[in-house]
Amino acid sequence: MDYQPPPFFSRGPAPLVRLVFFASLAVLVMVLDARFRYAESLRQVVALLVYPLQRTALVPVELLSAAAEFFTTQVALKRENDELKTRRLQDANELLILEALRAENKQLRRLLDARERLSVDSTLAEILYQGRDPFSRKVVIDKGGHQGIQAGQAVIDDIGVIGQVTRVHPLLSEVTLITDKEQRTPVQVVRNGLRAVIFGGGDRGTLDLSYMAANADVQADDVLVTSGIDGTYPAGLPVAKVSRIERDAAYSFARITCIPTAGTDQHRQVLVLSQEAGLPAPSGEAESRASGLPKQKRARKRE
Amino acid sequence: MAFLEQSQRILLPANRAYVALTFVLALLFNLLPWRDVTWLPDMVALVLTFWCVHQPRKIGIGIAWFLGLIMDAGNGALLGQHALAYAVLAFAAIGLHRRILWFSLWRQATHVLVLLLACQLLMLGARLIAGGVFPGFAYFGGSLIAAALWPTATFLLLLPQRRPESVDQNRPI
Repeated sequence: MDYQPPPFFSRGPAPLVRLVFFASLAVLVMVLDARFRYAESLRQVVALLVYPLQRTALVPVELLSAAAEFFTTQVALKRENDELKTRRLQDANELLILEALRAENKQLRRLLDARERLSVDSTLAEILYQGRDPFSRKVVIDKGGHQGIQAGQAVIDDIGVIGQVTRVHPLLSEVTLITDKEQRTPVQVVRNGLRAVIFGGGDRGTLDLSYMAANADVQADDVLVTSGIDGTYPAGLPVAKVSRIERDAAYSFARITCIPTAGTDQHRQVLVLSQEAGLPAPSGEAESRASGLPKQKRARKRE
Repeated sequence: MAFLEQSQRILLPANRAYVALTFVLALLFNLLPWRDVTWLPDMVALVLTFWCVHQPRKIGIGIAWFLGLIMDAGNGALLGQHALAYAVLAFAAIGLHRRILWFSLWRQATHVLVLLLACQLLMLGARLIAGGVFPGFAYFGGSLIAAALWPTATFLLLLPQRRPESVDQNRPI
């Protein structure tokens, strides 16, 4: 005879059983998210639930900044206005030169029969907050899938590249900064055109130029710009400046530390660049080779 | 009851809507746009521990798991990291709730500190395995602050459950 408690004492499964169930569910979701990226739809649903909470949490901060703006004195505004006027005069000269250079460049390119570089479309976005996840370096911007943002787009501020859109929600998107440990950016040294890949340094807010031979021609204060060969970043955007080089004969690679050009932690307004559709389409030969593979397999199956 | 370190008041039953409201407020606190503050106390974990200790029949591991999922999606963290940590936290808090309530508030806080630190260690382990960066020891400061807030949290969260103190000579309790 087995003893059964009366039904009004029943409290469902034991806590340990529940723990094992939910812990394994959590581990499953983690593995799906980290290794296979299958959990994105679940994340989208939960993110949509959290969105009103997130917006509400931003209200006090917006109120504070609005109040601070309201109390900006007229003197400060006047000073800023004067500064901007002088700045405009200084820049006007540069702009004229730029126009002339652009025209000249256009003609030279036409002469070289080179593909004209398309001017890239861009979307202005505002950084809502820095990601609260202390294990990675991300920011959240206020434009999402509804505004045409796509994962993989480059994000810049007025001085240089700050990162790449890595996750798009309907109304928000997450930008992984170039200083994140998992982020890589293809770059080129301006001085001599040396190509390399730059890695985020994680928590230190710096970048590492990895896998460069110990005798590579890199000097301190070299400027690194995007090389553009990946088709994600337009070429020539400033990324970083070399700050320190350690050449140790014991290692085959030099340790090169760089400081990001753009203020990855400073600005609020950023530009999201739409991807350049300028990559040449794969040639016909490559296509036929690619489509030929399955045919061969099918043929083998028939045999 | 003579073994309790302090006399305890008889409380009104907890209101489910109030419990839900405290969770929403804690989530709002955690979702505030904190800049580079790594030592931020995790209010959701604190409130969850509180309700698991005080109302273990109302708040369970399933609710903890779902709250964790919300935190993950809101933070853009690895999905499931908070869910796992909160589920374990709720299990430990429910298992220990009779023991914890035995002590005075500050001694309860030391128990809570251990629970919260274990919760953070779990998250740290999960993230390091998934290829994250160690955020520095200031990360554990959040648990210290949250544990120090335990007496205040107890006072605030039990506020609606306290009876008005009226001296009635004829009432036995």
